[in-house]
Amino acid sequence: MNARENILKRLRERSDGPLQVPESDFSVVTGRDWTPQERVERFERLITSVHGEVIHATLTDWTARLEEVLKAKSVRRLALGREHPVPVAARAALMDHDVELVDVDRDIEDWKREQFETVDAGLTSTGGAIGETGSLWLWPTPDEPRLISLVPPIHIAVLDADAIEDTFFDVVEAHGWASGMPTNALLISGPSKTADIEQTLAYGVHGPRELVVLIRHPRESA
Amino acid sequence: MTSVKLYPPKPEKVYFFGTCLIDMFFPQAGLDGIRLLEREGIEVVFPDDQTCCGQPAYTSGYQDEARAVAEAQLGLFAEPWPIVVPSGSCGGMMRTHYPQLFAGTPRETEAREVASRIYELTEFLMHVCHIQLADKGRPEKVAMHTSCSARREMGLAETGPKLLAQLGHVELVEQERAAECCGFGGTFAVRHPEVSAAMVEDKTQAIEATGAEHFVTSDCGCLMNIAGRFEYQKKAVWGEHIASYLWRRTT
Amino acid sequence: MSVQIYTPEAFHRQAHDALGNPQIRRNFRKAMDGLMSKRRDVFSDWDLEALRELGANIRLRALAKLPDLLERLEANCQANGIQVHWAENGDEACRIIRELCEARAARAVIKGKSMVSEEMHLNQHLEAAGIEALESDLGEYLVQLNEQTPSHIIMPAIHLNTDEISEILHDKTGTERTRDVDYMTAAARAQLRERFMAADVGISGVNFAVAETGTLCLVENEGNGRMTTTVPPVHIAVTGIEKVVEHLRDVPPLYALLTRSATGQHVTTYFNMISSPRKPGEHDGPEEVHLVLVDNGRSNIYQDNELLDTLRCIRCGACMNHCPVYTRVGGHTYGTTYPGPIGKILMPHMLGLEATKDLPTASSLCGACGEVCPVKIPIPDLLVRLRREAVGEGRGNVPGAGVKRSRKELLAWKGWQWLATHPTVWRGSTMVAGKLRGLTPTKLGPWTEYRTAPKPAKASLHALVKAHQHKDGEGRS
Repeated sequence: MNARENILKRLRERSDGPLQVPESDFSVVTGRDWTPQERVERFERLITSVHGEVIHATLTDWTARLEEVLKAKSVRRLALGREHPVPVAARAALMDHDVELVDVDRDIEDWKREQFETVDAGLTSTGGAIGETGSLWLWPTPDEPRLISLVPPIHIAVLDADAIEDTFFDVVEAHGWASGMPTNALLISGPSKTADIEQTLAYGVHGPRELVVLIRHPRESA
Repeated sequence: MTSVKLYPPKPEKVYFFGTCLIDMFFPQAGLDGIRLLEREGIEVVFPDDQTCCGQPAYTSGYQDEARAVAEAQLGLFAEPWPIVVPSGSCGGMMRTHYPQLFAGTPRETEAREVASRIYELTEFLMHVCHIQLADKGRPEKVAMHTSCSARREMGLAETGPKLLAQLGHVELVEQERAAECCGFGGTFAVRHPEVSAAMVEDKTQAIEATGAEHFVTSDCGCLMNIAGRFEYQKKAVWGEHIASYLWRRTT
Repeated sequence: MSVQIYTPEAFHRQAHDALGNPQIRRNFRKAMDGLMSKRRDVFSDWDLEALRELGANIRLRALAKLPDLLERLEANCQANGIQVHWAENGDEACRIIRELCEARAARAVIKGKSMVSEEMHLNQHLEAAGIEALESDLGEYLVQLNEQTPSHIIMPAIHLNTDEISEILHDKTGTERTRDVDYMTAAARAQLRERFMAADVGISGVNFAVAETGTLCLVENEGNGRMTTTVPPVHIAVTGIEKVVEHLRDVPPLYALLTRSATGQHVTTYFNMISSPRKPGEHDGPEEVHLVLVDNGRSNIYQDNELLDTLRCIRCGACMNHCPVYTRVGGHTYGTTYPGPIGKILMPHMLGLEATKDLPTASSLCGACGEVCPVKIPIPDLLVRLRREAVGEGRGNVPGAGVKRSRKELLAWKGWQWLATHPTVWRGSTMVAGKLRGLTPTKLGPWTEYRTAPKPAKASLHALVKAHQHKDGEGRS
C-alpha cells in the first residue's frame, strides 16, 4: 500500500469510531448592516491604520487624482494593464504625460529584472473591498497579473465606493467564490510590513512600501 | 469559558468541603468561611469523613488513585444542599473534573449531581447569599491574587474583588499582570522548581510594588506559595485567605 | 554567537540557562506583554465567545470528515492542475520535495514560512542533496543566518533584540551596524529580491486547504509568501493533513480568529488564495504547483477522541503568547519545533514521550492557553492526559507511554489514596502532624530553595470545627 492509502485507511478506521459533525453558526461573521457611508469610513479607518493611503475621487475626476499621486510620489514608470476600464482610462489620461507606461501583458520570464528593478509603481483595478478589515480584494488576470500589485515599490489600487462590502464572509458568499476560484485570489490590507525586528513595524520588506487606494465615488458630492 | 450560571435562592443548610490544604495548614481560613456562612443564617454541615478532593493525583496523571479518593467524597453529600468549597482549585476539580473522572462508571450520574452543587466560597457569598459586608477595620490597602482555577476554570475573576469592594475602608490595589499565575500549580512547583520560582518571584514583586502590606487569595495553594516566598525573603508583606480577611474586617 | 543545539530531553538545563539570561527574559517579557495587550484590544468589539465557538465547530467538522475531505481536496486540486503528494512522515515528505526539485534540476529554493518544513528538517535535507534552501520570511531569514531554529511559530526571531539582529546582519551580510530597523529591513529586501528572481523552486506552508475548491490559503504580512508562490517556476506547498477545511465559507471565521489571536491584527497585509498553476494566457505564477500532504503522527493522534482536539490547532501561537512558562523560558528551551503549550501537547506524538517527558509537566495548569485558544482546544486537559500517558495509566497509543512509570511514585500515590480513603486515619494523621509541627523540616527539597516550608497547624480544620460546634451546642443548650 502507498502512503495515501495508508493514511486514509488509518483515518477511516479510527479506534474511537466515527465522529459527530457539529453545526456551524456563521451569524457572528455576517449581518453587520452598515450603511454605504459606514463601510467607506470603516474601510478608510482600518486601512489607514496599517499605513495605507486613501484618496477620495469621483468617477469623472479620479484620473486627475491619479496624476497628482504619480507626481507627488515621483513615479516615472508605471506598470498597468491595457484592457480593464481602469487601466484603459488611466492610459488615456496619461497619454501625453511624462510618466512612462509599462505594459504588463508579457510573460514574467521576459522582464523579471525589469519589473523588479525599474518599475516605480503598479496600478490595478480591484474586485471590491471589505469594510470590516479595511481589505481590498483582487482577482489578478492576464491583463493585470499577480506581481504588479507586489513587486513595484508603490501599489495604486482603484476601488469603487459601492464595491465595499461588510465582511470577508459576505464577499465570499455574495460573489459565489466557491463556485469558481481563479488561479489566484488576494486580499490586500495595506503595504507589505514586518515586525520581526523586535516588534518594530517596518514597511516594504518584500512587497510595496506604499499602498494608495483611490476610492471612486459615484457623485461629485462624495 | 465563563458560563452563565443560574444561582438558587439562599438555602437553610449547606455542606462545607474544607479541602486538605486548609485542613492541615490553614484551618483558620476554613473556620472563618464557616462563620461567614453562619452569619448569613445558614446552617453549615461539615461532613467529618471528608479528606481531599483528589486533585493532586488527578493533575499528576494518577487517575485511578484520584478517582478512588474522589469516590470517597461523593457519598458525603447525600442531602440536596449546596456544597461550598473555599478554594477555586478544589472547587474546579469537583465541578469540572468529577464528571469527566467518573464518565462511564456506575457513579457518573452521582458525580454529575454533586458537581452541579459545587460553589466556591466567594461565589456563594456573593451570588447566593448576596452578602452585605460592613467594614469595621482601619483604612488600608490590600492586594488580591485570584487563583487561576477560580479565574478560569470556575469563571470567578470578579467575586473576590467585588466582596473586597464592599469593605469601605479597604483600597483594593491592582497589581501588574494580575491575571498571571503565581507559579504554584501543585506538583509543578516541585517538578519545575526554577520556573515556578521565577513565576512566584514576579508575583511577589508585583504585589509588593502596589504598596500593599497585605494580600489575600481565595486559594491556599497560591497563599502557601506567595506568602512562603515573601517570608523566605523576610519581607513585611503577608497574606491570608480572603475568608479570614472578610471575617476579621467585619467582626 | 555559537550554535547551540536544543533538545526536549535537556528541558531542565535549558530552562535553567534561559532563566539566568536577563536578555532572553527581557526580550520575551516585552514581546509577550505587547502581544497580549494587542490581542485584547483587537477582540474588544467582538462577540469573541461566539467566534471561538464557530472556529471550534468548523475545525471539528473538518476533522469529523477528514478522510473524505482530504480526498475531495485532492480531487479538486488535481482538477485545477495542482499535483498532490502524500507522505506518511517527515522523511518521506523530504524525499518527495527533493525529487521534485531534482526533476527540475533545481539548485536554489526560496522558502516562505512553514512550520511543517521545520518539523521535518527540510532545509538540512535539501542542503545535503546540494540544494540551497533560503528562508525569506524576515524572522526566519534572521534565524537561519544565525544558525538557529525559530523560537516562536509566528515570530521566529522574537528571542532576538534589535542590537543582536544588527550584529547578525553585519556579521553575515556585511551591512552597517545600526539600530535603524528601516535600514535593516531594506537591506534584507535587497538581498532577498535577488534570491526570489534566481530561485528555481518556491516552497511554502499552507494555513487552510479548502476541499470544496482545491484552494491553498496563505496568511502573511511581508509579501514573501506571495513572492515565493508567484515568482519561481515551481511552487511546492507542504502541509499537515489536518489543515484541510470543508468549505470556502469556513475560511473567513478562521482567518479572523488567526490574525487577531496571533498578533492582535484585524487582518494581515496579504491573504493569498492559490487554486491552480499558471493557466494558458496568464503571464506570471508558477508553471507547476504541488501540494504535499504530511501525516507525521497526525493520523495516530486522530485515533483518540480526546487527543483529537490537538489537531484543531490553526497555529496562531496565542497559547505561547499567554503562557507564563513560555514567557520566562522562551521558545528554544522546549527543544522542539513547536514550543509552548501547543508544543507540549503536540510534540510527544511526534517525538515520543521518552524524549518529551518533561514537557507535559512543565505547566502550572493555569489555563491561560485554553482561555485564549481561538478554536477552544482544552490544552490543560490534554496536558493532564499526557501526564497520565507518561505514568502508564493511559489507554491511548501515544508513543513512549509509560516512560515515567515508577514503582516508587506509584506506591506513594497508593499510600496517599489509602490515607485519603480512611477518614479516621486521616484525622489522626493531621492531628499528629499538628502536634509534631515543631519537628517540621525546614528543608523540603526544591520548595524551600525559594520559599519557607509550610507548617501544619496546631489543630486541623476537623478539630476546629468540632470545637466550634461544641461551643455552639453549649451556647444553644
